[in-house]
Amino acid sequence: MSKLITIRGRKHSFQISRRTVTVIAMLAIANIAAVMICVGLGSQTINPIAVIRSLFGAGDPSDSMIIWSLRMPRTVIAVMVGSALAVSGALLQGIVRNPLTSPDIIGISGGASLGTVVFILYFSHVSIRFMPVSSIAGAFAAAILIYIFAYRRGITPLRLVLIGIGMATALTAFTYMLILTASFTPTAVAVKAFTFMTGSIYGASWDKDVLTLLPWFLILMPIALIFARHLNVQELGDDVAASVGSSVHAKRTILLLISVALAGAAVAIGGAINFIGLMAPHIARKLVGPAYGGVIPVSALIGSLVLLLSDLIARVAFIPLDIPAGVFTAAIGAPFFIYLLYRHRNGAQ
Amino acid sequence: MSVIEARSLTLSYGHKPVFAELDLLIPPGKITVLIGSNGCGKSTLLRSLARLLKPQEGSIWLDGSEMSRLSSKEIARRLAILPQGPVAPEGLTVHQLVKQGRYPYQSWLQQWSKEDEKMVKKALEVTDMEDLSDRSIDSLSGGQRQRAWIAMTLAQNTPAILLDEPTTYLDMTHQIEVLDLLFDLNEQESRTIVMVLHDINLACRYAHRIVAVKDGLIYAQGAPETIMNERLIRDVFDMECQVTADPIFGTPLCIPYGRGRKVLQPVMA
Repeated sequence: MSKLITIRGRKHSFQISRRTVTVIAMLAIANIAAVMICVGLGSQTINPIAVIRSLFGAGDPSDSMIIWSLRMPRTVIAVMVGSALAVSGALLQGIVRNPLTSPDIIGISGGASLGTVVFILYFSHVSIRFMPVSSIAGAFAAAILIYIFAYRRGITPLRLVLIGIGMATALTAFTYMLILTASFTPTAVAVKAFTFMTGSIYGASWDKDVLTLLPWFLILMPIALIFARHLNVQELGDDVAASVGSSVHAKRTILLLISVALAGAAVAIGGAINFIGLMAPHIARKLVGPAYGGVIPVSALIGSLVLLLSDLIARVAFIPLDIPAGVFTAAIGAPFFIYLLYRHRNGAQ
Repeated sequence: MSVIEARSLTLSYGHKPVFAELDLLIPPGKITVLIGSNGCGKSTLLRSLARLLKPQEGSIWLDGSEMSRLSSKEIARRLAILPQGPVAPEGLTVHQLVKQGRYPYQSWLQQWSKEDEKMVKKALEVTDMEDLSDRSIDSLSGGQRQRAWIAMTLAQNTPAILLDEPTTYLDMTHQIEVLDLLFDLNEQESRTIVMVLHDINLACRYAHRIVAVKDGLIYAQGAPETIMNERLIRDVFDMECQVTADPIFGTPLCIPYGRGRKVLQPVMA
């Protein structure tokens, strides 16, 4: 009975625990089930068998229309945004060695929101494909500012969180001010900016949203997985990481860039969806332990599942109203954050 | 066997100089112990020898090449350092920790070669941690935890191992256990061992060579039995004592003067 599975070829070799494989498989199945439910439920309910038929191109034309052009893009966006936020949070928690961090708590998502709103307000004539660029730029600017403010002979986790929370609040206030004072703003644009701020993936489309986010997702997620092993040694402290031959600062900068870019891209399309980046990595660690080779994929699957379910509730619980999904992630996430603060009080591990 | 050498090493914290123009040669295949009072710079010296601190001037040499010219991974295959009081993330198992010692030999496609598996197994065997390999680090006792970290540095399979106060916070039993392990590694595999120790008597018992540091200067260096005397202790530690021979090992034994109870008929076991 071996708890570890070894895969070895001529040029590659890996080791993964049996438990991680099982958890990944089960979460993948749960995600597939959630996707089926998400595309089936709504103001017009489509039964599971009809859903499967439509997915394989053999369904009723009106069912297929609802599934493929209305519900599927939104579902795909939920999967990508949820998993990107989760992985971004997992990386960030490892980089700063602080489990109370996530891109939304320390203001990185706030910077991305500001970048997105600036794009919506002032660059509406530019192709929407460039929206993530503006969001990621905002996220980077925020990350640099937080770093400068929190740095005093190194960065302590507590100062980072406190400065970050202040930064997040300030950025949100500034973003709202920008929307409200842009007097030339047509109402439609202002509404779009407001809806964005609450974190909604309402009305997602293949062309505008899915295709805009997809390239970022496909590039950044594999890089995050490849860099997981560098995080494993960084978590042992800078001295140990340097002792085993890791170029600590260079690797940390790259990891931070990946985390910030993932958060920025996710916010560009999903808006300010909070707490997934905080919760998913914690749940992942409880399930498969702290090694990042397992934490990254498991966080991604959990993040995706949480956003799928939050958006499902947001969409179907109050028909005909469509509530932003961010409201539900915050409703679960905020108490979770308080619980974590409580557990980590007095600096206990 | 690795030769580590510091040549006219100059290092300061802010404006306060720690070392100026310091030269030191660590003999290969021997146990060298750095001693000195708190804040004398012995830890800083150890960390500089392991490239964790960059010298302002001067250089560190490893096997005849200047360390700053070697890649971090190249150094990591020849020299490992265990810093003081390392902390593992919550829930990390012994096996997962020891595996990290193989980092300098891995790439993103080669993360668990046969050699990796062999060295991790051997490191767990040598430190007697096989039975605990699935336990999480935070569930272990202090001595077991320190053995797990030493196992990680052993998995790195380097000819030289540097340790910063490996026995701090351990009770007497576990101090001896850790030092015996390091002694065996030196004797059986002739690994070069350099460490900072607080206990002068244990330093005299285990070290082939002692380097006494005072105010950023090397006050004396050599075999304990040749350099250890009352004057050295007075100058380096600012303490009066009598140096005698350890009744079991014959190595220098330092007994501090001061206050305490006196018994007229000493009990000898």
